[in-house]
Amino acid sequence: MYRYDQFDARLVAERVAQFRGQVARRLAGTLTEDEFKPLRLQNGVYLQLHAYMLRIAIPYGQLSPAQLRRLAEIARDYDRGFGHFTTRQNIQFNWVALKDIPDVLAKLAEVEMHAVQTSGNCIRNTTTDHFAGAAQDELLDPRAWCEIIRQWSTFHPEFAFLPRKFKIAVTAAEHDRAAIRVHDVGLHIRQKDGVTGFEVWVGGGQGRTPVIATLVNPFVPEAQILDYLEAIMRVYNRFGRRDNKYKARIKILVTELGEAEYIRQVEAEFAAQRDAEKINLPKAEVDRIHAYFAPPALAAKSESSKLFEAAKVADPAFARWTRTNLHPHKVAGYTSVTVSLKPLGVAPGDATDSQMEVVAGLSEKYGYGDIRVSHAQNLILPHIALDDVPDVYKALDAAGLGAANESRITDMIVCPGLDFCNLANARSIPVALEVQKVFADPAYEEDIGKLHINVSGCINACGHHHVGHIGILGVDKKGEEFYQILLGGRADEKAALGEIVGPGLKAEDVPGAIHRVVEFYRAQRTSPAEKFIDTLERLGHQPFQDALYAAG
Amino acid sequence: MPLVKAGAEVANDWIFVPDGAVLPGTGQTSVSLARFLALKQGQENGPLPDGVRLGPADDPAELEPYLPELKLIEVDFPRYTDGRGFSQAQLLRRRYQYCGELRAVGHVLRDQIFYMHRSGFDAYETRRATVSEVLEALAEFTEAYQPAADGPGAAFRKRTGA
Repeated sequence: MYRYDQFDARLVAERVAQFRGQVARRLAGTLTEDEFKPLRLQNGVYLQLHAYMLRIAIPYGQLSPAQLRRLAEIARDYDRGFGHFTTRQNIQFNWVALKDIPDVLAKLAEVEMHAVQTSGNCIRNTTTDHFAGAAQDELLDPRAWCEIIRQWSTFHPEFAFLPRKFKIAVTAAEHDRAAIRVHDVGLHIRQKDGVTGFEVWVGGGQGRTPVIATLVNPFVPEAQILDYLEAIMRVYNRFGRRDNKYKARIKILVTELGEAEYIRQVEAEFAAQRDAEKINLPKAEVDRIHAYFAPPALAAKSESSKLFEAAKVADPAFARWTRTNLHPHKVAGYTSVTVSLKPLGVAPGDATDSQMEVVAGLSEKYGYGDIRVSHAQNLILPHIALDDVPDVYKALDAAGLGAANESRITDMIVCPGLDFCNLANARSIPVALEVQKVFADPAYEEDIGKLHINVSGCINACGHHHVGHIGILGVDKKGEEFYQILLGGRADEKAALGEIVGPGLKAEDVPGAIHRVVEFYRAQRTSPAEKFIDTLERLGHQPFQDALYAAG
Repeated sequence: MPLVKAGAEVANDWIFVPDGAVLPGTGQTSVSLARFLALKQGQENGPLPDGVRLGPADDPAELEPYLPELKLIEVDFPRYTDGRGFSQAQLLRRRYQYCGELRAVGHVLRDQIFYMHRSGFDAYETRRATVSEVLEALAEFTEAYQPAADGPGAAFRKRTGA
């Protein structure tokens, strides 16, 4: 993974000192709360319902064991013993005192971490495929370019006060696990005539106006990608709407200008760049950063593992977990393990300090010191030898991390909701946990197959309800919580927005309604190999909607 | 309002003349972009100021032909959250090669001054920061990742000696 050199280290240390000063001025009253707000936000500090929340950046979702241990320590010493992994591949702590935040940032800086630009109207953490560098189906490892984008976007003087927040995602695999079409900018790494470059998508997003991104340029060579991003950002910074925060995201600019005119403006800005304005990243620097992401020196293994096969025969629960939580690795004899943070009855994405330490330890012992956070709020050990998988599972299961549900119905993406968030209209975690209960039988869940349920507690859509195969959206009607159900969303390469099927349901009616929809699918699928989303696309939404409301 | 330039508080010899107000025949004055263009293009008669104040929606490209004769461009930040002025500054300095004074006016906060300096500003008119605070803000970061109009050079160039 990337390691700081003197420049990175100094920048982060200076940022800690700067924020310490800002907090001191705020506490002394020389900085008003209104003026402090964008400063604290750009350091990941939110004022939530009960306390300040600190969101820590995990660039493109990669952590070292030392970093994860440090997060565990912060959870224990400054929070209530747990942290919450987010859909931006970051982690947030909900109970840190403002006065302690400079100290927490200093502790993070010691392990090359920070909270820079995890919030506010600036370029946020660049996300990517959580199996990057390991997945069989990727063209190349996208992380080096994520790191280059991280550096370019960090403390960019021109783009720190954008109309609204700005999120970039990168993938290099045909199967898009980074949801690039619902990002402000989505980059798909391609190769053309021996040159690496980027397919550039702009203006996707969720929130109250969900939009699937527009293809703005099918191929920008890698040598020009930062200049092209500068053009995109400048057009947005100058012409994005600032009169209404709900219309300020880049998707509205693209929609209001129209695709053709938007593309014309970006291309005109790009063409107008003088030579002196070009970034011209030296080849040596690109190579230097790529070198940090060289594949780990995996010991040679044979294709299959006797230990692994024997353990599956001996333990059906392990066998089930291997069917759901492993992902094909590009090196024979290895696999990528998903550590589910969605066991029954726990707020999705939460991990305790001791669980983080267990995962850090496993990564050191078996996993080449590499840990990822997925946008589905799970942890990944990307490089595990099949021989070691039984031991890894045993240790995970003992720590309450053995749920066999990756991409299954109980592996829900859920925002914090009204329990924590002052934007929410409804609670999301309790309704998600009630739905989980319906599908608690692992054999039943496995039979249902891949099915994404995403839950948001308000139209801001932090729980990505627009792109869940089934979306659940909490709304407030005259002081009472209701839940609207959406069908047919997806965030992958066939990205689509779910459609609200009808009137909202009371919280207690949601689990039953979801159950009826799932049962209808099971009755209608051509075979267990036909996924929920495929049956839904084949039959259309109406019969599923009828099933949803069948209880009348 | 205090004006900080080149590391010191300096006297402000300029007067911004709002649209519609009479232009004084003497002294250093700045006017809005629209008025400057009107004077320049003969739709309005009067003494020609050598300063212009840009609002956030103004296009600095319109000033390009006149930049050599301008001594002052003020970029107005009516609200500190409106970041359009940062793009205007970068365009003026890097694309149109403006060399005169580039002054941030309006709601200018101490904690924006480092970014303003990097974007090309060299003067700050602010009620919200003292000279020592402005100087402190300018020194907060010794490194930068990306090229910009001013301030520290990009780390990648220093790393590679390029």
